[in-house]
Amino acid sequence: MQDRIKYWKGIEELNNTPEFAKNAHNEFPEFLPLDEAKGEGSSSNGKTQRRDFLKLLGFSMAAVSLASCEAPVRKAIPYLNKPVDVEPGVANWYASTYYLNGDYNSILVKTREGRPIKIEPNPSSSVTPYGTSSRAQASVLGVYDNNRLRFPLIKGKEAKWEDIDKQIASRLSAVNGKVAFVSSTIISPSTKQLIEEFGSRFGNFEHVTYDVNSSSALLAANGGVVPGYDFSKANIIVSIGADFLGTWGAPIPFAKQYIQNRKIDADNPTMSRHYQFETILSMTGANADIRVPIKPSEEAAVVTAMYNAIAGGSAASTNVGDAKALAAAIKDLQANKGKALVVSGSNDPGVQAMVTAINSALGAEGTTIDSASPYFTKQGNDAQMIRLINEMNAGSVGAVFFYNTNPVYDHPLADKVVSGLQKVGLKVSFADRVDETASLAEFVTPDHHYLESWNDFEPKRGFLSIAQPVISPIFTTRQMQDSLLKWSGNNTNFYEYIRNNWRKVATGDFNKFWEKAVHDGVLENGSSMLKVSAPTTAATTTVRTVKPTGVEAVLYEKVSIGSGAEANNPWLQELPDPVSKATWGNYIAMPIKMAEEMGVTQGDVIAISLANGKTIELPALIQPGQANGTVGIAMGYGREIESAPVAKGLGANAFPVAAVVDNGISYSSSVQLKKTDATSPIAQTQTHHTIMDRLVVQENTLANYKSNPKEVTEYIRIATHEGPAKPAAISLWDDYEYKNHHWGMVIDLNSCIGCGACTVSCNVENNIPVVGKAEVLNRREMHWMRIDRYYSAVEHEAKDYATMENPAENPSVIFQPMLCQHCNHAPCETVCPVAATMHSSEGINQMAYNRCVGTRYCANNCPYKVRRFNWFAYANNDKFNFNEPMNNDLGKMVLNPDVTVRARGVMEKCSFCVQRVQLGKLEAKRENRRPKDGEIVTACAQSCPTEAIIFGDMKDSESRISKILARQNGERAFHVLEELNVQPNVTYLTKIRNLA
Amino acid sequence: MISCILKTKSKVFFAFLFALVVSFGAIAQEQASEQAEVATKGVEPGATQGATTDATPAGDPAVIDAGEALFKNNCVVCHSAGSDVIVGPGLQGITQKRNEAWLIKWIKNSQALISAGDKDAIAVYNEYNKQAMPSFAFSDDEIKSILAYVESGKGVVSAPVAGPEGATAGENVGTDAIGAVGGYLDIILVVLIVVLIVLVVTLLLITSLLKNYLNKNRKLDEYDSEIVNQRFDFSKIYKSKAVRTLVVLIFVVVLLDLTIDKVMGIGIQQGYAPKQPIAFSHKLHAGEHQINCNYCHSTVYESKSASIPSANICMNCHSQIKTESPEIQKIYRAIERNRPIEWVRIHNLPDLSYFNHSQHTQVGGVECQTCHGPIEEMDVVYQYSPLTMGWCIDCHRETPLNTEGNEYYDNLVELHESTSKGAFTVSSNGGTECSKCHY
Repeated sequence: MQDRIKYWKGIEELNNTPEFAKNAHNEFPEFLPLDEAKGEGSSSNGKTQRRDFLKLLGFSMAAVSLASCEAPVRKAIPYLNKPVDVEPGVANWYASTYYLNGDYNSILVKTREGRPIKIEPNPSSSVTPYGTSSRAQASVLGVYDNNRLRFPLIKGKEAKWEDIDKQIASRLSAVNGKVAFVSSTIISPSTKQLIEEFGSRFGNFEHVTYDVNSSSALLAANGGVVPGYDFSKANIIVSIGADFLGTWGAPIPFAKQYIQNRKIDADNPTMSRHYQFETILSMTGANADIRVPIKPSEEAAVVTAMYNAIAGGSAASTNVGDAKALAAAIKDLQANKGKALVVSGSNDPGVQAMVTAINSALGAEGTTIDSASPYFTKQGNDAQMIRLINEMNAGSVGAVFFYNTNPVYDHPLADKVVSGLQKVGLKVSFADRVDETASLAEFVTPDHHYLESWNDFEPKRGFLSIAQPVISPIFTTRQMQDSLLKWSGNNTNFYEYIRNNWRKVATGDFNKFWEKAVHDGVLENGSSMLKVSAPTTAATTTVRTVKPTGVEAVLYEKVSIGSGAEANNPWLQELPDPVSKATWGNYIAMPIKMAEEMGVTQGDVIAISLANGKTIELPALIQPGQANGTVGIAMGYGREIESAPVAKGLGANAFPVAAVVDNGISYSSSVQLKKTDATSPIAQTQTHHTIMDRLVVQENTLANYKSNPKEVTEYIRIATHEGPAKPAAISLWDDYEYKNHHWGMVIDLNSCIGCGACTVSCNVENNIPVVGKAEVLNRREMHWMRIDRYYSAVEHEAKDYATMENPAENPSVIFQPMLCQHCNHAPCETVCPVAATMHSSEGINQMAYNRCVGTRYCANNCPYKVRRFNWFAYANNDKFNFNEPMNNDLGKMVLNPDVTVRARGVMEKCSFCVQRVQLGKLEAKRENRRPKDGEIVTACAQSCPTEAIIFGDMKDSESRISKILARQNGERAFHVLEELNVQPNVTYLTKIRNLA
Repeated sequence: MISCILKTKSKVFFAFLFALVVSFGAIAQEQASEQAEVATKGVEPGATQGATTDATPAGDPAVIDAGEALFKNNCVVCHSAGSDVIVGPGLQGITQKRNEAWLIKWIKNSQALISAGDKDAIAVYNEYNKQAMPSFAFSDDEIKSILAYVESGKGVVSAPVAGPEGATAGENVGTDAIGAVGGYLDIILVVLIVVLIVLVVTLLLITSLLKNYLNKNRKLDEYDSEIVNQRFDFSKIYKSKAVRTLVVLIFVVVLLDLTIDKVMGIGIQQGYAPKQPIAFSHKLHAGEHQINCNYCHSTVYESKSASIPSANICMNCHSQIKTESPEIQKIYRAIERNRPIEWVRIHNLPDLSYFNHSQHTQVGGVECQTCHGPIEEMDVVYQYSPLTMGWCIDCHRETPLNTEGNEYYDNLVELHESTSKGAFTVSSNGGTECSKCHY
């Protein structure tokens, strides 16, 4: 008997708790939120009185008639002196670069009337040609952040730049002791050179590089760089705790490479096999073919076993984790020499040295590792930073500068940073707001936002890129580099400085060369400018010896929030974690077994006592796949500063979980857990969209696919008197005839890594409101595009839900982007009493907001649950002031002027980016031609870093989508809930797993 | 007695007559304005193609078309294809005057040519008030196509005209014919009315003559005299129940109609003509001086908004012309204060609807006047069209698509013709669907 695979959305569904059962049938809350809307002043019995009603009625009648008497006078204000290249109503695109804390994206910035409103990938770049990270997508809001500093500060008071310059210059000339420049990784060749020049005038200067989620050990074992991994060439990928698709190394380039070798069709049925040994269920682990949960203390043992088997020559003997899987991994690696790659997220130099040795024994150099082009995206050196902290405490540091770094918040030795800073004479922070570190600095000299700055980057040796300003500085800020130039008495500005620097790599006429480089945003002729320092001591294969006691806690980085540098961004706060689907805060990810033993249910607050005496209190989230005996806590939360109101009060600061071991940072430590009586709800976006046992997501194994590609997807057939028939064969409705275009989408479940870039991209493009934690808890999030995550487990014949508990401890995971399916026989269209939603002649299910009266029948009748209702006015509403893009004048600048901001009481949903479809058609008509394939793409498809989403015209037989559909029809292509015969225009491709 | 009767009768009669005259006057006026519209349309570039293509010298029409598109999008703001000066010189005969290589150099970068000391270039520069011509990144072929277009004489407009007699022959023949038929009908109607009036007057005179004769010269018996001198009793009419009901009914209906009309008109600003901060006259600029709309509303063929000109566009001319005018001084002041001019917005579409000018002007080939009315006659601009959804939809239902020469529509036209007999309108291509304007 073949095993059938079951999916469930969350632990509640698995356990079928009473609360879940209640909510499962009550998807849309039945009560009307009238009292809530009225606030505190509502009458005690909660009912509106007849007289009040009449008064209100009278008043509103009067108001309406008054308002209708005279239309308001509206102004039309043209430019006084129109810039040559700005045409009102036409978008301009500029190439630029987003880089922060390891996340590199070469981007195009869309501006309208001089305002940046959208980030898209730069196809000219070969490092990140398609797709961006979710953080890059969201970063456009940062430029309009109301909480950025508007002017420089001296001792917390507003100051003039001249005074700052004068004071800092005089203080610097009299500086006593070491001058330290502390920054996160800088991949800008010109900036690095400038910092070096700035330091050269001091006798004792050090540029300290410190990364929050450090790869210090990896760098130590690889000569100061992240090796030039090329996942696309690897048939076997083994990752030990490295979240390389989400947060480790250079995630977006890695994701692109990784998926190249996992796109599959029947003509070429090969793909890589990915083993993941890890503690938390990371996004990368969720994509792995074989995932083995291990404790952090077992990482070294796993790597040692591999090292002994592959590089050391001795036999592998180990009992860590799943010994069978480990043996299989070793066997696969040995069988695929030259086509295998091992990566590790460990911050133990000994482990990393072994991994390097394993890779060289596997012959990875020159094949799966491009040694000529390593990545520079991580350069932090833990030991250097720890040494500086000790020096500060010893009083030997005279001046310190902080750039893109906030150690008072995010260093494990934060207390020592605070005490050390008191002994430093001159403290300058370039932070864009008064963050934890800046609040202790005497001078805060706010840096420009990256969209206001010139800069250059070298993420990978020989691959240069440029950032150019796309808007004039909004506030009286000054770019860090310009400040440094000023303080070193150099009168050029940083733009000239970069230009002069680039003359080194220029060919031909420099002005032409420069213009082309700025236009393309990238320069990939092999020239390299960035200098990185190699570690002074090479790593040896001796591993740290830390004996854990009790529960091991792991500090990890979330794909959305990262280190917390962009925590004030509401789009990122509301972006669900790829795996846990939690928003707005961190929590303790706890394995099922531990929760049972401790009697913990989801939301119970747990107190964690750390080795350093600190205690953190956070709610527990029961996480299948979390290694037993461990808990995971995300960094980046627990902000208390006023200058980040969106992030303030969310979760707890988990950085103290990290500990300093052997002059390096270890991101795990032994902790004591204690259940408290308190509970705190976790706002998850998924647990309430029930699947009820239906076939919504499909997967199969590579072995099956190779033997018969036509058998991997299950197609539902309806029994008729003439035998089984396709559901579409029996229909009440007439079919539409598409003459012009027929828009459709294909989503490859094999390519989707679940990162959520599409969700943020959709938010930005379509003016989707952020609703906040309370409303997410009320199940009223507004995302048009969501990524459903299903845990799978093996269910045996004739068993009930309870038996599925066992495999749930380490489930395989599948991601399914879910959006309006634009059904040809749409169930929503037939139930709308006012015809506010209807079908277009191009296959798009249209939604006319102004016709909608808010009956919500359509949402009730939608089998995919993709319709969203505006329960409140999210714009111009103080209660939702965290929804920055709609609630302050500055934030509103980011809104897409071509898309309506919806009012309260109307339904909305994915429109297939109809504004882009319309614009694309118009462009084609203006040029007297048909639209080209690939010219019209939705925001989600454009921002997908793995090209999992393909949008196009199914009427055009030459289009990419038509070709994919023709190829995959009857093999991997399927429609979700096909049995309903709603005939979606979105097609999914079955996920294929390369199981051992 | 009779005179009294006559008096009342004539009052009613004259009232009737007056009403007749007024309504006919209105009709006549409407027709006149239609003719005026035809006239103005006649002088729009493009509409005159039919008239002048015969004169096209040998040349690849495709190249000329390409040149025309480039010319209209880039050059018309400063140059006419004829001989009149806009900002720069009219280009008629330019290819004879200068050689091609020089022209290509000049168009690509006129300043370079001037600074290189080219005599002709400096002469032209000085002649036209030292207004630098911006550089254009055209390819040589593109410039040649523009020159071919200029040479073809296609864009040459016959002398500007103001009256209906000036309408160019050719395409407009049809509309002219309709106008002519309308004229005959008018004359016949007027003649008929005059005849009727004469008839009525004659009949009235005859009755009164006969009555006088009977009263004076004949002895009538009681009964006859009563008939002859019968007085019409009006009170009977207005006291009659039927009449009263009818009047009340009419009153109610009119009232209802007015109310509904007014209520439906809430938010519709048709005829809205606010006072603008600067008394700019379209009549003067677009009407008398024949400045192309595209010159000031420079993005009308490219963007969703037609764009209100920035002060630097005004300065193209007004740095030299009418500098003393108090209205022009307002522009100078705005520039000095570095504060843009705050015009009052006349056409206010609600936020929920998306409108794109270029879709209508460039792709659809719709004239500005179709929606904005006789803008070249407006001293103060008012909202000509109601801008309601009904108005949009009506036009989308009735207007045939401008598909000629547009490859986008090639298959669609064939498909449409194979399945339907009606015109291929905007709405038959999905132009009345929600998401075409609402998203």
